[in-house]
Order: sequence, then C-alpha cells, then structure tokens
Amino acid sequence: MDKKSWPLWEVFIRSKHGLNHKHVGSLHAADAQMAIENSRDVYTRRMEGISIWVVESKNITASDPNQQEAMFEPAVDKIYRHPTFYNLPDELEHM
Amino acid sequence: MNIVDLEHEFMKRIKADQKIEPKDWMPEKYRQTLIRQIAQHAHSEIVGMLPEANYISRAPTLRRKAALLAKIQDEAGHGLYLYCAAETLGVDRDTLLDELHSGKAKYSSIFNYPTLTWADMGAIGWLVDGAAILNQVPLCKCSFGPYARAMVRVCKEESFHQRQGYEILLTLCNGSEEQKKMAQDAVNRWWWPSMMMFGPSDENSKHSAYSMETGIKKFSNDELRQRFVDQTKPQADILGVTLPDKDLKFDESSGHWKYGEIDWEEFNNVIQGNGPCNKIRLKHRREAWEKGAWVRDAASAYAAKKALKNSESKQVA
Ligand SMILES: [Fe+2]
Ligand SMILES: [Fe+2]
Repeated sequence: MDKKSWPLWEVFIRSKHGLNHKHVGSLHAADAQMAIENSRDVYTRRMEGISIWVVESKNITASDPNQQEAMFEPAVDKIYRHPTFYNLPDELEHM
Repeated sequence: MNIVDLEHEFMKRIKADQKIEPKDWMPEKYRQTLIRQIAQHAHSEIVGMLPEANYISRAPTLRRKAALLAKIQDEAGHGLYLYCAAETLGVDRDTLLDELHSGKAKYSSIFNYPTLTWADMGAIGWLVDGAAILNQVPLCKCSFGPYARAMVRVCKEESFHQRQGYEILLTLCNGSEEQKKMAQDAVNRWWWPSMMMFGPSDENSKHSAYSMETGIKKFSNDELRQRFVDQTKPQADILGVTLPDKDLKFDESSGHWKYGEIDWEEFNNVIQGNGPCNKIRLKHRREAWEKGAWVRDAASAYAAKKALKNSESKQVA
C-alpha cells in the first residue's frame, strides 16, 4: 500500500466560550473520522474546545497572495465604515 | 518581477516585521534553511520522547507517572505541529521521516545521552526543557508564519514540562542523602549537554548569519546560552545542587554569570553520530515506524473501502 496515501486535514475548534470555530492547525488522517479523533488528541488536551470541524486541505480555496493589494486595499480608505469616523458631542452617552 | 526585485520586496517585508506565508514568494535559500531547521526541530521532539519513555513504567508514584505521560504526549504533539509547518514548504512528511530514519537528518544532540536514574527525569525537565524554552520563545516571532504559529502552541505547553522536572528534583533534594546524591549526579551529567543545546559558539555557527538576516533567528546562540546560565544558577541554588563548572562565577561589571569552556569536541562527536545513544535512538525510531506499518495500511484500506461503499450507495440512490 502507498504509504503516502493519508491526506492532510485542516482542523477548526470552537472553544467553550461559543465563538466561531477557529483554525488551529492540520494533521494527516486516513479519513474524516480519524481526523476528528486525532484532532481531539492533539488539539484539545487542555480543554481548548467543545466542537471540532475537519476539512480536507485540498478542498480549501485560498485567495491569491499576489492579488493581496487588489483584494484588500479598497477597504483601507473607507474609514466611514467605522463608528469612530463620526463626530458626535461628548455628552452623548451610550452610542 | 525579476528575481532581484522579488528578493528586494521580500527583504522589505522581513524588515517591516511582516510574516512570510507558504504561498508567498521566498528565496530558495530561505525555504531550504527553514525546511532544514523545522525538520530538525520536529525530529528532536519525537526522538526526545525516547529517553523519557524508559521511565513511564518506573515512575515512583501515579502522580509522577501521569505527569510524565502527559509530557511525553505533548512532545509527540510538538513533533506533529512542526512536521505540518515543514510540509507547508513543499516537502512531504514521509520524506522527512525517511531522512531521520536513514540517519541523514540531524536532531538535537541532547537526546543521544542515556537516562540512568529517575532523577534524570527531573534534570531533563528542568534543564533540557528549560533550554528548549529559551530557544523556542523567540521563534514565536520568527518571520515564517506557520513556524511562528506552531511555536506559540509549543511554548504554551512547555512551561509545565519544566516545572514538573524541577519539582522532581526539589523532592529528591529534600529527601535522604542518597536521593540528594542522585539529584546532584543527574545535574552533573545533564548540565554540559544542555549548554550545548544552543549550538556552536557564534564565531563557529555557519547558518546563523542568514537566519538572523531573514528574521528566522532573533538572538545568537551565545546570547541565549548566557540567558540560560543566568536563569539557571539561582534555580540551582534553591535546589541546593551545584552546577559542574569550576569556572562559573558572577561578573559584577556585566551582571552575568561567566561560565567555563564547552567541550566542543564532544559536541561534534555526538552530532556526527558517535554519542552514547545515537544508534539505539535511531533503532527504536525505525522499529516504531516499521511495526506501525500494518496499522497505517489497515487504516488506509478501511478508508478506501468506506469511500467505495459511499460512492456505490450514492449511485443506487
Ligand atoms: Fe517539546
Ligand atoms: Fe518539552
């Protein structure tokens, strides 16, 4: 059997604080079930999570690092999307 | 962009403290330097499990046994994080393992020394993991993203390793005369090999300059070694053990502990494969890999069969 046949999986964990699943790392496993079990052993030994997602790395589509400027630069000058852009009087509370 | 411009852009990013990610352009030398270093680091983690594994069945209490098991399991995890980081650079794990098992790849020379008594578990945790932490903390800020992120996880886990080791020695040092002797003997044997973990002195370190320039390394070998001595000496005093260096003395003007000459001949010998345990470590690694082959094959066969079944039932439906 081909010893190089175990695919790579990306591992995502949700902490008990209920935030989004967060990428924590990757590992090799023969199938999804094994990927989950190994993720539990490697990435949640200190109560780091209460839920695990695994996805085969080859199924992830990533943005092109060469397109970084074109992709993300347009957001830079749109500071009016942030609450601090607006000039309001100091006595106004809770807004 | 031509290669000169690309290199220029790359160095600009390094100087601006931006992380380099796997798909970014990088000089071939940077890639190769990282593959070599991360692989060596990964190998060290998993070979490092072997000297301590000897004592899982010999731990004096259940508490010590549980802690030692947990530490060794952590080291396996460290190996995994690091192999994954190396793989993002385009090598595959089986190639790296083949290089370890054939003796082509190097790992930290420290793991080629034998563990003779239970006190060695204390000395390893305190000194070996202690030295490893000093090496690893600056790597959390290294210029290559996946390596830096792996190191953040590793460093979070390391601190308990050192503390459990120190506690083992503390217990022995508060025990009978015989136990105190055992602790001192372990410290005598592990001190100099631990000092060597920081690598050759700065003037003889052939990879250092490039690694410093490209932000892989933040401090020189000798700087980190000095930090280790300064930090360890007061800890030895608390234990009541001496460090086996007759030249060790505090230098008022620099505020540092000056230490004696390191036996570089011994260091080079162990690196070349002639340490007391090089052969047995590799033998055990190879055996573990070969004996696990049927498990890996069975898991692959099972996964293939399940995938086939899945696709058949989809066709029926
Ligand atoms: Fe480790
Ligand atoms: Fe450790």
